[in-house]
Amino acid sequence: MRPVLEVTGLSQDFGGLRALSDLDLRVDANEIVALIGPNGAGKTTFFNCVTGIYTPTEGKMWLHHADGGKTLLNGRKPHQITALGMARTFQNIRLFSNMTVLENVMTGRHCRTRAGILGALLRDPRTRREEQESIDQSYALLEELHLQHLWNDLACNLSYGAQRRLEIARALATEPQMLLLDEPAAGMNPQETNELEALVRHIRDTRKLSILLIEHDMSMVMSLSDRIYVMEYGSCIATGKPAEVRANPRVIKAYLGESDA
Amino acid sequence: MPRIAKALLCAVWFMLLTFPVMCIQVNSIDNSVHWHFERALWLGCGVFVLALLWDWCFARKAKGQPIISFGHGLTRLAANLRGDPRCRLGGLSLLAVGMLLMPLLSSIYQTNIMIAALLYVMLALGLNIVVGLAGQLVLGYVAFYAVGAYSYGLLHQFLGWGFWTCLPVGGLLAVLFGLALGFPVLRLRGDYLAIVTLGFGEIVRLTLLNWPSLTGGPAGISNIPRPGLFGMDMDINASTIYIYYLVLAAVVLTIVVISRLKNSRVGLALQALREDEIACEAMGIDITRVKLSAFALGSCWAGFAGVIFAAKTTYINPSSFGFMESAMILSMVVLGGMGSIAGVVIAAMILILAPEYLRAFSEYRMLIFGAIMVVMMIFRPQGLVSGERRRYSITALKGTASASGQGGQA
Repeated sequence: MRPVLEVTGLSQDFGGLRALSDLDLRVDANEIVALIGPNGAGKTTFFNCVTGIYTPTEGKMWLHHADGGKTLLNGRKPHQITALGMARTFQNIRLFSNMTVLENVMTGRHCRTRAGILGALLRDPRTRREEQESIDQSYALLEELHLQHLWNDLACNLSYGAQRRLEIARALATEPQMLLLDEPAAGMNPQETNELEALVRHIRDTRKLSILLIEHDMSMVMSLSDRIYVMEYGSCIATGKPAEVRANPRVIKAYLGESDA
Repeated sequence: MPRIAKALLCAVWFMLLTFPVMCIQVNSIDNSVHWHFERALWLGCGVFVLALLWDWCFARKAKGQPIISFGHGLTRLAANLRGDPRCRLGGLSLLAVGMLLMPLLSSIYQTNIMIAALLYVMLALGLNIVVGLAGQLVLGYVAFYAVGAYSYGLLHQFLGWGFWTCLPVGGLLAVLFGLALGFPVLRLRGDYLAIVTLGFGEIVRLTLLNWPSLTGGPAGISNIPRPGLFGMDMDINASTIYIYYLVLAAVVLTIVVISRLKNSRVGLALQALREDEIACEAMGIDITRVKLSAFALGSCWAGFAGVIFAAKTTYINPSSFGFMESAMILSMVVLGGMGSIAGVVIAAMILILAPEYLRAFSEYRMLIFGAIMVVMMIFRPQGLVSGERRRYSITALKGTASASGQGGQA
């Protein structure tokens, strides 16, 4: 399989604390990979490194393109990484709360549109066409995520589940080839989690993109993911197919603790 | 009943608190003391009524009702002005005719006041880009106003440049200053940004004050020419009217530019920056660029306003560009409603015109001003006009009812 995201030897220090140590990770095209581990294992830190919010201390991160080329992500700014085709959602929802649902998604179109200040002032045909396209594409995304009836509501007035879906819609608007979901099912009831699972599959299948997700809901992780990475104290302790990981003694130890007997 | 008891308690407490100040008058010449018990009584009555009113306002607020209901007709008019494009056009053209005829029908004194008000409208709209749209709290905005005014004053004094050359140059210089301020504060936000920009405003003012060889120091620059019109000779009245139309045109231009900007791709990026910086970056928006454009776009209007101000007064000195002006402009933005164009225009008009026409209360000006601010922040923190949102037409929804749905109101 063709890799999409390739991370080798990634380490991140915060002062004397090593939040990530020598992490290797690879996500292939059209694959759903889960990143699990106890709280504080460094999963979100990993996301922040890959998306350019943190500058990793050591290691290399590569994003592979469909044409076979690859780009080094180290040292790039978050907006550049997004433009390269990596989008993410946030663990604690970070929507633009005082903007409408449609505007939230349109903001995601920013890096795929060009109009500048002059275009905004003159409103020439090209700018207007681009804008109308952006509006229509954003609306189509909302339809896909079953948010179309809310398009003109303020994002802060949406229910929790709808806000989570809106975050995914906004991330998809950037046309990613790699989607990072940080605890998408947090705070959802079992039915919503099932719907989300179907949605994530649908996104992967229709768009042929790769998904890396952090999740604590084990039933969802086990049924959804093709492969799983398990982290503890900043390093990867196990990796493999769901069944393999479930049987791994180190994973069981990390989650359940060890009996002293 | 408990409300009345509470108000009564309030009144008594107030009477006791203010008793020494209000009721005891010591005459130090004949060493006698006058007691004014009736004052305490009046004060008590006043406080009692106010306390009841205050309580009533809070009760309305808790129920989600507006504090002041303007009656059915006026509310409907406001809704129509917002919703119905024909009504909006009618209202706007009425306003346009009024504004155009104003200097011809009223005195020069009135026209001068109006020019000042319009200049502040321009300033407030400019600051609205930075504070209202991009959410960057800037407290030294008046510095850019000063840059505009002094660039005209100095360029005329030293190089003999005229008004029309200096207008774009003043705007450009203000933009450069905006960028110069923008670069170092890229990493700052909120309170820290406010403090740095406050310092920047003071630096500009103090530089102007303490560099007499260039700026004339506290004496300022005088004999700045009024703007010309194809070399025509104008007396002061005609010139004032001319400046009035000039400012009016500038304000209209500002409104058009800002409303287009607000609803564009760049405007969305600015608003996203205000809402959440990290998410904004993650959505592929270059926040460095967006922040700098916000500073540049905001400061340019202050530069233009500054040049016009210098031409209008023909005399500038650093005392016109103190922190009070910055605070005043910021109040207009906050009072009008962050990001709202109509609201900011109305607020700027009120804050400049009200003190002019209420000169009788000039001693209490700051007191009233403060009280209005406190009341506004408690009962209507979103400002006079809020929830002003662009309406999008979606191709897929053309012809269906929901296509004309209006944006949610904050």
